[in-house]
Amino acid sequence: MANYVLMVIGAVLVNNFVLTRFLGICPFLGVSKELPTALGMGLAVIFVMTCASAVTNLVRTWLLVPFSLDYLQTIAFILVIATFVQFVELVMKKTSPALHRALGIFLPLITTNCCVLGVAVLNVQKGHGFWESVVFGFGAAVGFALALIIFAGLREKIDRANPPRAFRGVAIALVTAGLLSLAFMGFSGLVKM
Amino acid sequence: MPSVIAIIVLGGTGLVCGAALAFAAKVFEVKEDPRIQAILDLLPGANCGACGVPGCAEYAKAVAQQKLPIDLCKRGGAETLAKLSIYLGVKAEAKERRVAIVLCQGDNTKASRRGVYNGIADCAAAHAMGGDKGCRYGCLGLGSCARVCPVNAIEITPNRLAVVHPEICIGCGLCAQTCPRALIKLVPESRRIHVLCRSKDRGPVVKKLCSVGCIGCTLCAKTLGNQGIRMEGPLAVVDYSVQIENDEVITKCPQHSIANRPGRRLA
Repeated sequence: MANYVLMVIGAVLVNNFVLTRFLGICPFLGVSKELPTALGMGLAVIFVMTCASAVTNLVRTWLLVPFSLDYLQTIAFILVIATFVQFVELVMKKTSPALHRALGIFLPLITTNCCVLGVAVLNVQKGHGFWESVVFGFGAAVGFALALIIFAGLREKIDRANPPRAFRGVAIALVTAGLLSLAFMGFSGLVKM
Repeated sequence: MPSVIAIIVLGGTGLVCGAALAFAAKVFEVKEDPRIQAILDLLPGANCGACGVPGCAEYAKAVAQQKLPIDLCKRGGAETLAKLSIYLGVKAEAKERRVAIVLCQGDNTKASRRGVYNGIADCAAAHAMGGDKGCRYGCLGLGSCARVCPVNAIEITPNRLAVVHPEICIGCGLCAQTCPRALIKLVPESRRIHVLCRSKDRGPVVKKLCSVGCIGCTLCAKTLGNQGIRMEGPLAVVDYSVQIENDEVITKCPQHSIANRPGRRLA
């Protein structure tokens, strides 16, 4: 149990997917203009990444390894994740329209997001078992959501703070992302994995 | 042989996934009222929210379920209303289009400032501090109204004054709700004559603070015989329920607070 807790802390803070591993940068910059959208995106990513970790682990253990097709892992993972996300969207639309409206636009967006694929590949590299994969995927996604929400909050404030003309827009956003990454460096060494 | 296995496994996975999706699409199909899409196509798609529900899709749904009347779309106006009433077979009469106007002319060249405001670039924040203008009623020019405008109809002039371009304005009223000094008013588009001042200060005070503010001399109200412009304390206020035909009031105003600004779209 303690192992899992450490794993989550490690994935959220120490090896944050966005700020130390460089994964999922494009939604991090793209959907961080407003806090509500960032929240929706964060929730959608948590959901998809946790489930995708489980699904890819099953595909690898029951399909790729028995047929010694490890080298097809990337394409197989993309295929499975994309199908899974589409499937979830269909089910969600039927069973809970409210949740579908909240996450709807973001679900297709993150189908082949690099952090979703990244967590699947990292699970393989680290030799995680099924539950370890799920917990690691969940932790990594929470880390992504945390970074996204903090960043969206900062950008909302910066927009109102009248930065010099040359800094406005993407320039100041990138500078802020760099400083945020610097802040997260402070967590390194908190958990040894 | 290994390549054949790879093709079979990956292709098989793809086939299974595809079949599963096709099956799921059938099982979990959500039947939507086809009228909703048709109504949505008739709406302008500005998603301004002026009808009271968030976005055109929601409004189309509400209209299809007869929860809301069909004349609430301000962006589309009479044109959309006519199309909707033909499609749904419901009779409805068009209301006159309304456009927003900023009732202040006191930009940096005309109104005095009592200091330099260096805080958050937002009118509500500046208003809470009292603002940097001498006049407590004038436009702060920080662009809060321009930011909420869904169609970018509001321009902030280089001299820091908000000006609505009536030909772009859709009359959604978001700016009027946002302005902390309640300077923006929605008026019928056929009204041309406006008193561009909201200062409730007495004449001598206004004169000191702004070169185009209403000083409450009552000349305009007298010229019109109290028809169309009435006095509210030391401020002349236009009664937008009647049309003012007498253009003389514009030249009569000693402060040039009254302007002829037609709200109609240029043909």
